[in-house]
Amino acid sequence: MLSAFVFIPLIGALVILVLLRSSLLIRSFALLTSLVHLLLAISIFVIFQQQHSGSTDPVMVEKLGWIKSAIPSFPAEYFLGLDGLSAPLVLLCGLLGFISVCASWRIEKRVKLYFVLILVLLTAVSGVFVALDLVLFFIFWELELIPMYLLIALWGTGRAHYSAMKFLIFTAFGSAFLFVGIMLFFVSFGTFSMVEELDMSLLVVPAQLIFYILLVGFVIKLPIWPLHTWLPDAHTDAPTPISVLLAGILLKMGGYGILRINIGLFPDAAKAASSFFFIIGVIGILYGAMIVLRQTDLKRLIAYSSVSHMGFVMLGISAMGSDSMDAALHGLTGSAMQMFTHGTITGLLFFMVGVIYDRTHTRHIPDLKGLSHQIPVASVGLVIAGLASLGLPMTSGFVSELLVFLGVFNAWGFLAVLPILGIVITAGYILWMIQRILFGESLARYNTIADTDFAEFLPMMLLIVAIMVIGIYPAILTDVFKVEFLSLLNGLF
Amino acid sequence: MISQILAWAIFFLPLSAFLIISLVIRPFVEPRFPSARKASGAITISALLISFVLSVWIMTTIEDSSYLDWDVFSWITLGSFNLTIGILLDPLTSVMLIVVTGVSLLVQLYSYEYMKDDQGFSRYFSFMALFTSAMLGLVLARNIVQMFVFWELVGLSSYLLIGFWFFKPSAAAAAKKAFLITRLGDVGFLIGILYLASQGDTLVQAVAAEGLEGVKKFNPLDIVHLNAFAGEFPKFLAAGLVTQGIFTWVALGLFAGAAGKSAQFPLHTWLPDAMEGPTPVSALIHAATMVAAGVFLVARLFPVFETSVLSMNVIALVGAFTAVFAASMGMVMNDIKRVLAYSTVSQLGYMVLALGIGVPAVAMFHLFTHAFFKALLFLGAGSVSHAAGTYDMRQMGGLRKVMPVTYATFMIGSLSLVGVFPLAGFWSKDEILATALNQSGLVGVVVVACAFAAVLMTAFYTTRVIILTFHGEFRGRQGSESHLSANKAQDSHAQDVHLAESPFLMVLPLIILSIPAVTAGFLANPINDTWGLGIIPAHWFSHLLHGHTVKFSMTAASISTLLALIGIGFSYLRYAKSSRVQKKDADEGLVYRVLSNKYYMDWLYEDVVTVGLFYRKICTILYWIDRFIIDGLVTLTGWLVKSCSPVIVRVQNGQLQTYGTGISLGILGLVIAYRVLGL
Repeated sequence: MLSAFVFIPLIGALVILVLLRSSLLIRSFALLTSLVHLLLAISIFVIFQQQHSGSTDPVMVEKLGWIKSAIPSFPAEYFLGLDGLSAPLVLLCGLLGFISVCASWRIEKRVKLYFVLILVLLTAVSGVFVALDLVLFFIFWELELIPMYLLIALWGTGRAHYSAMKFLIFTAFGSAFLFVGIMLFFVSFGTFSMVEELDMSLLVVPAQLIFYILLVGFVIKLPIWPLHTWLPDAHTDAPTPISVLLAGILLKMGGYGILRINIGLFPDAAKAASSFFFIIGVIGILYGAMIVLRQTDLKRLIAYSSVSHMGFVMLGISAMGSDSMDAALHGLTGSAMQMFTHGTITGLLFFMVGVIYDRTHTRHIPDLKGLSHQIPVASVGLVIAGLASLGLPMTSGFVSELLVFLGVFNAWGFLAVLPILGIVITAGYILWMIQRILFGESLARYNTIADTDFAEFLPMMLLIVAIMVIGIYPAILTDVFKVEFLSLLNGLF
Repeated sequence: MISQILAWAIFFLPLSAFLIISLVIRPFVEPRFPSARKASGAITISALLISFVLSVWIMTTIEDSSYLDWDVFSWITLGSFNLTIGILLDPLTSVMLIVVTGVSLLVQLYSYEYMKDDQGFSRYFSFMALFTSAMLGLVLARNIVQMFVFWELVGLSSYLLIGFWFFKPSAAAAAKKAFLITRLGDVGFLIGILYLASQGDTLVQAVAAEGLEGVKKFNPLDIVHLNAFAGEFPKFLAAGLVTQGIFTWVALGLFAGAAGKSAQFPLHTWLPDAMEGPTPVSALIHAATMVAAGVFLVARLFPVFETSVLSMNVIALVGAFTAVFAASMGMVMNDIKRVLAYSTVSQLGYMVLALGIGVPAVAMFHLFTHAFFKALLFLGAGSVSHAAGTYDMRQMGGLRKVMPVTYATFMIGSLSLVGVFPLAGFWSKDEILATALNQSGLVGVVVVACAFAAVLMTAFYTTRVIILTFHGEFRGRQGSESHLSANKAQDSHAQDVHLAESPFLMVLPLIILSIPAVTAGFLANPINDTWGLGIIPAHWFSHLLHGHTVKFSMTAASISTLLALIGIGFSYLRYAKSSRVQKKDADEGLVYRVLSNKYYMDWLYEDVVTVGLFYRKICTILYWIDRFIIDGLVTLTGWLVKSCSPVIVRVQNGQLQTYGTGISLGILGLVIAYRVLGL
């Protein structure tokens, strides 16, 4: 089932590449493929909830000899599996994949190549979240780069080539560290499996060193301050559906890598590094939020807000420095929740910005005003996304921030007031943006624009429902995440 | 005996009204049948009517305390930490339920007429229903995080309603300001919760060691448990299980949240601007209910606050200062709603002051009476503007002749506000003043001085409003453009001058509200059985809330009545001749300028700190750093690699000698490293 989930987009891409010509057919088939992908993701999540039964062993495991069967001394396997950390991200991946394909409906330029690339991209990111073998993980991780590069460079706007190259070089730079880290791991333990018991005394280098080497690879993707400058450029110049994917899933690969590999495999080193996580998290949250205030381009604004929100992922991890296991549990669960919620919320934000851009052909905030008269439905979507982004209760954003703060306050005491002040700045830039583009008297030149059509309304509602359901009943996700972290922390405290 | 389902229904009925209007009527029904919008109002009103009836029922059966053992549901469970949801029904809740559902019901009736020509009729009622359910959720909450959730949702609906006429830039700005300033207070609330949660283990261990009466499974975030713990605080303190100051940060943090919502200095600046919303919104949210949430929060967790002397003193001083500070600004405002807004801030200051000097039941009593007479005043102001076409009192005058009912009811509300015997405001304010007189120490002196000074000012500005609005000759120009005329098309209420009494549906709530504005004082909390007319026992309200009974103080009553008379007289002398009103602001001198500029606090907060320092300086500098230093380093790295490549490329020149040299040097280096450095 997991293999089907991973490879169905790829098969869809091949079918489009070989068989289909008419652009309508290509679009419809891509949409169908991503819908199947979404349905698979949902069923995988549901089945997982029934199967996992509180144990941390991965379920739905699929294992093939792969390289190991040819070269026994290089034991890389085809090893897929699902556990509490990956199951929600699989769901996120299916959801945002479908939504970004929906949002791509109006792409006119080189339709075939576009949809082939986006489907290949989906296979790559799906693979990252279910691979339990480091080599396989790395292959999926790298596979995502090329389609992303091309999608930004060929369909982007503005300095698309520059931004695409910047994205590529930054990520490849991180990948180099990741590669070294994986090799050190192999040399030490003689395995690539992420789920085996590790004997830390076998490490050929200090645990802290391998921890930080791997971390560099992941945090660039997250991204953290000061390695974030590729993100605003990539987001601004990428076509909107790609921004949805980039913010919604690709950034989560970094966070997932940290939680799965750094924290999961080296919890002691992670605990020792908690001050690093705290400092970087706080800087990210405040610095990102303050820079958002200066932005006049809607996409750049949301991009910097992502930098700020990803700071919460780092901040939550810093709760591992607490003496109380509960606090660490809150922090880690909050981090994981923040990845999921940020995926849906920022996905919706970018999606709504795309809807507005399609109609007004501008993202420059001073050129927009009073839009809520002309496009009331889209405005409601943007307002809900904004309110979720500023962490309003009953939306998922509140739950993850609350959990992170619960953990961090326990671990760091009144130092935690610093990031909490960030929520005021966040409220400031979100409400200011809403006020500037939606409220006030409307402009005559936008009198003819139409409100959302069904193809836009459906994904919008899907994301709103996802945001609200988790906001109202967060146990759907927290109960899944916590199983994983509980066993991890039990070994640590 | 009321069942748990019915208690939840009080909350869910308005919520369902919101959902039905926004998910069914607005998207599907209204586009086809425009007259269906009337249904939105009807649905909201009937939902609130049922909620009100249920609330009254609760009020009559509340003495039975078995409600406290109702089940709780788990919302998030992580480790030993359990976030629960449940209903807390006690006398305090029941009082708030009556205030919220009762005032909301009357305000919706009024709105049905007031908003009838507005494009956003359905949207208005959906937001009002959302607000009422959020407020009821806040009041009923049993867990402190649950309370915070609704606390924020109340803030959201306030944001939506202040910005209801979002096409007015001033309304959009006021909505944002209200949300941000209250959120600043909410940071304090959140820190209070987080601090409490971080002390959770200590509290749980203390309970495990010493036991706590009536609490089975102690949850530090459960309000009932927390109050029980704080109630037996000396026991835990004596056993050395907790420190004296364990709740100080909790109390101060929660009070910061309360100060934001209840518009206490220095977080009061949002409330006067919030008057940009429709007038019934001001009556419900910014006079009677939401702004009272802060007072309710402190009263709800009063045992916790009581353990910290420091926070009690802070609360008393903030309340006392706000009472006089806001009243002083109310004296010079020309917009009738802004006068009422400052008056609200000032009266909230009284309630907070009462909390600070240790009498939460008295604070709740004042909250109770204030809710009625202030809602009455706001609805009266709406009725006035319906006729005069403006809120600017300089454009009014002489309205008593054309709108007698509005005049009479507004007069009742005003006298109640001033505290004239025997109206509602007199009794509740007297209890506050009497308690304040008994305070000792420096804090006591300051509190008493502020409280009595505010009485004088209240009398002054209230009389000024009455004279400018209802007496003298009408000063507005018939058919002239009012200050709101820019939005004529949408804002149908504030444009035409038609000097006549308002329609029946608007006048009816005024009449109904003026009944409690007269009687809520001596009937709810009579000083003896005689005043209760033999129906209501003496000090019924205080007993209901298990508060101390405050003996009626003739001293306090005499001083305050005297001060009120002085204020009225001074105001009368100053404004009775209408020529005075036309006087230019600029002639009025320094004090007037400072007051009418609100002590320059808006300027300080917005222009100096937020825009001038934070936005223009800090954020700009950071963005510059981001672009030119951090991203500059990235570009520099790229440039370095690019510039080095021509040099390095030469090394790879295809000549074996060069490679041989390189290899030899490399081996040499390794040997040296091995030999000399001993690696």
